[in-house]
Amino acid sequence: MGARVITITSGKGGVGKTTATANLAVALANMGKKVVCIDADIGLRNLDIVMGLENRIVYDLVDVVEGRCKLRQALVKDKRVPDLYLLPAAQTRDKTAVSPQDMVMLTTQLRNECDFILIDSPAGIEWGFRNALAPADEVIVITNPEASAVRDADRIIGLVEAEPRKVPISLVINRAKADMIRKGDMLSVNDILDILSTPLLGVIPEDEQIIVSTNKGSPLTLDNQKGPAAEAFRDIARRITGAKVPIAELEHKQGGFLHRLSRLFRRSGA
Amino acid sequence: MDDSITLKGIKEGLLVTVKPDGRWSDLANRLITLIDAQGNFFKGAQVTLSLGPRELRRQDLAAMQKLLEQRGITLRAVLSESDITLDAARKLALPTSLQVAELAAAPSEALELRPPPIDPEEPGLPGVLVKRTLRAGRTVHSDGHVVVLGDVNAGAVVVAGGDIVVWGRLRGTVHAGAYGDESAVVCALHLAPTQLRIAGYITISPEDRNRKPRPEKALVRNGRIEAVPWE
Repeated sequence: MGARVITITSGKGGVGKTTATANLAVALANMGKKVVCIDADIGLRNLDIVMGLENRIVYDLVDVVEGRCKLRQALVKDKRVPDLYLLPAAQTRDKTAVSPQDMVMLTTQLRNECDFILIDSPAGIEWGFRNALAPADEVIVITNPEASAVRDADRIIGLVEAEPRKVPISLVINRAKADMIRKGDMLSVNDILDILSTPLLGVIPEDEQIIVSTNKGSPLTLDNQKGPAAEAFRDIARRITGAKVPIAELEHKQGGFLHRLSRLFRRSGA
Repeated sequence: MDDSITLKGIKEGLLVTVKPDGRWSDLANRLITLIDAQGNFFKGAQVTLSLGPRELRRQDLAAMQKLLEQRGITLRAVLSESDITLDAARKLALPTSLQVAELAAAPSEALELRPPPIDPEEPGLPGVLVKRTLRAGRTVHSDGHVVVLGDVNAGAVVVAGGDIVVWGRLRGTVHAGAYGDESAVVCALHLAPTQLRIAGYITISPEDRNRKPRPEKALVRNGRIEAVPWE
């Protein structure tokens, strides 16, 4: 068996699948795990951009599937961390260039050589999603505290549950804004869990640093950067490896006066 | 049709009669294939093997007992006209007659339950039972009733010719009495549908979301859909 194959998906686009894949991959690699990321978004690749590996791509996933190169040749090594590789998607083709069986075959070849295989699923519920789901041992569903994203997450969870083989599902809530939730202007973590009834793997607060890091191609979890999102991603990575890390209660984080005071102290102390 | 093995239901469970001719290993394989072909149907069954004059050694019987056990089947007794086979069965502490077997297994025997005949005056309507939560995008359609043990999430659709009962939260779209039956009802532990239809009537949930959830029944009364406490 070897590696655990984890597919990161959401149904809706733009909720942070690719960002989460890149950050979790780097966080896991920094913990000494050997990680391979697969961009399953054939034709709309961008995991390479977020990871900052765009200019190093020679071959891609479709080249491997169609036999133009060996799997090993297509893997792009990230030199900033010990053991992180990217199998990029093709830029020119579309989802039908790869079949679910191809994906299973690819991951089977990689399983014995690494600890984690993270698959960045495309948005939607069609072919591309099926490709990403086929080899998964586990599925992480990303959602935002928005009704439309939660609805799509519900749909995706239903589709994964309908698979004949039982694939465990966990939930990551991305872009949560504590102040809006407190005012009742945003779905709270509990509201979302109430609807989705799926185990919660983590909550990532809204963080402007994400936009900067995505544009620079340097995931937040590199170089032990500080910041709420970076820490949330590292916590999730530790939970994936089995560590018991409590999920911080976002709603109370900047709660009363005392909380703010203690935050102030912590910040000046750091 | 090969009749070398016959299966028959008896009071003591299942009677498997194996014809005395043919090689035992072939017949044993055939029996296991027969059982496996039925999936888990025989799981938990008590089997009595009737072997006629066939001579079997202890290891043959033990192997068969093990194969059956792997499928959740108990070898209850061995009936035979051969002293060698009977001896083998005794060595494995297996009863060699049905009477003894009956005594041995009597305490664990469950009462046979037969459903009463259907009352022709109360035929009921056929229905669909959904034993899980219906998530967004799922559709359940039945000419009769639909019962959901779980939630109906927003984005899921339930359409029934008869009634709809949701033992959970109803947040999706439902249509009861879809063929025009205005006496159809929709019941839920928490009635907060996106849209609720009964026959030709349509309504949406009232806005006051802070209301404490309680079991409610929606029905057509005075030409509109009303929700009343479900008791």
